[in-house]
Amino acid sequence: MPNNTPTQTPGGALANPELAAFEVHGMTRSSFILRGALAAGAFYGTAAVTPFVSQALAETGGGDAEILNFALTLEYLEADFYNVKGKSLNLSGEAKKYAKEFGAEEAAHVTALTAAIKSLGGKPVAKPKFVFPASSEKSFLALASVLENTGVGAYNGAAPSIQSKQVLAAAGSIVQIEARHAAAIDLLLGKSPTPSEGFDTPLTKAQVLAKAGPLIKA
Amino acid sequence: MSSPPTEESAPQPAGIVERLVRDDLDRKRFLKMAGSAGAASFGAFVMAACGSSKKTASTAAAPAASSSTSSASSATGDVAILNYALTLEYLETAFYEKVIAAGFYKGKVGSLLKSFGQQEASHVAALKAAVMKLGGTPAAQPAAKFPIENATQVAELAYTVENLGASAYLGQAGAIKSPEVLASALAIHSVEARHAATLATLVKKSITPDGAFAKPADMSTVLAAVKPFLA
Repeated sequence: MPNNTPTQTPGGALANPELAAFEVHGMTRSSFILRGALAAGAFYGTAAVTPFVSQALAETGGGDAEILNFALTLEYLEADFYNVKGKSLNLSGEAKKYAKEFGAEEAAHVTALTAAIKSLGGKPVAKPKFVFPASSEKSFLALASVLENTGVGAYNGAAPSIQSKQVLAAAGSIVQIEARHAAAIDLLLGKSPTPSEGFDTPLTKAQVLAKAGPLIKA
Repeated sequence: MSSPPTEESAPQPAGIVERLVRDDLDRKRFLKMAGSAGAASFGAFVMAACGSSKKTASTAAAPAASSSTSSASSATGDVAILNYALTLEYLETAFYEKVIAAGFYKGKVGSLLKSFGQQEASHVAALKAAVMKLGGTPAAQPAAKFPIENATQVAELAYTVENLGASAYLGQAGAIKSPEVLASALAIHSVEARHAATLATLVKKSITPDGAFAKPADMSTVLAAVKPFLA
C-alpha cells in the first residue's frame, strides 16, 4: 500500500522535515502548516525531526489526538465550504440540496471529532480561516469534489495509524460518509463516482496538504 | 492489488458462508473464531466520543506480534475476515452479472452498473490474493440467486446490497490486525460506499441513510441478510 511513503509525497518542502520545521519558524502562518510539518516528521519518526517540531508534537499529544486534529481541520474546511461558501452562492437544484445536507453532516463530524479529541486528553485545534476559490455553481461543485475525495483519501491514509479501536470505528464511520458525498458530487459533475480500478487511494498528510493547504488563509 | 482477476476454477472447499448458514453450529464456531467485532458498541463511540479505551503501547504491540506467528491459520483473524469479505464480493459480482445480463439498463446507467460489477470482481481478485499472502485458503465462490424482476426492483436491491457491503466492511475494521489488511479493506469500503451513493441517486433514496455517521453491521447480521441470496 502506498501509505506514508516519503518518496510519494508531493508536498514539496513539507516532504522534508528539516525544511518543514524551518518553514514553520519563518512563517508562523497557521496551525495547519505546523501539522504539515508534524506529518512530514511522522514519515521519518519523531527522532528525525528538529527539536522545535518534536516539542510541538509533545504539546499536542501526538497519536490518535493528533490524527483527529488533522481530521478536524479538514472537517472545519468542508463544513465552512458548504455552510458559508455554499450559502453565499446562488446554488440551485441538487447542488443546493447537497450543500445543505452535506454541510450539516460535516458540521456533525466537527462536533464529534472535537469531543473525541477532548476525551483523549487532547486540545482541539481552533477553526482556521479559509478562502474558497469558487464563484459559480460549477466551480463550487468542482471544489466540493476535490474536498470530498481528498477527505476520503485522508481518512483512509490515516486509519492504519490509529491506535484506539473506538477512534478507528469513528474514522471509518465518517470516511464512509465522505465517500458517499464524493460519489454524489462527482455524478452531478458528470464524472465517474468511483476510482476506475475500484480501490480508493489512501493519501499521506503531505498529499492532503497539497490539496487543502492553499484554502487555508495565511 | 489492481491486477485483473484470474478466475481459474480450481477445486476449493465449499463456500464458507454457504456452510455457515446451513450449519448453525459451524457458524457459531466460525463467528467465535473470527471475532465478531460489530455494532454493539457503536452507539457509544460517536458522541461519548472515543474516550473509553486508549490502547496502550503494550496492548497495541501484542496483537502485531501474535499475528505474525499465527498467520498460517486460515480459519482465524484476518484470514477469516478476508474470506468473509471475499464471499460478499463474490455475491456482489454475481449480482451485477445477473443485472447486466437482464439488460434493464443501457446507456450511462448501464455502463455505471457494468463498471461496478468489474470493480467487485477486482475486489474478489484482491481479497483472494490477500488471503493467499497470509497463508490462508480463499473461500470458494458461493452459488448465488437473486430476484431479478424489473429495473426499479433491481436498482433498489443493488442499493440494499451495496449499503450492506459498506456496513459489513465497517463492522470488521476494528477486528483487523494487520495495518496492510486494514488499508486494503478501507480502500474497498469507501468504494462500496460510492456505489451505494450512486445507486441512491438512481432510486431517489438517501445518499447517507444513516445520517452523518455510517453504521457498521456485524457478521451475523450480514450473513442473515445475504442468506436468501445463497442458492
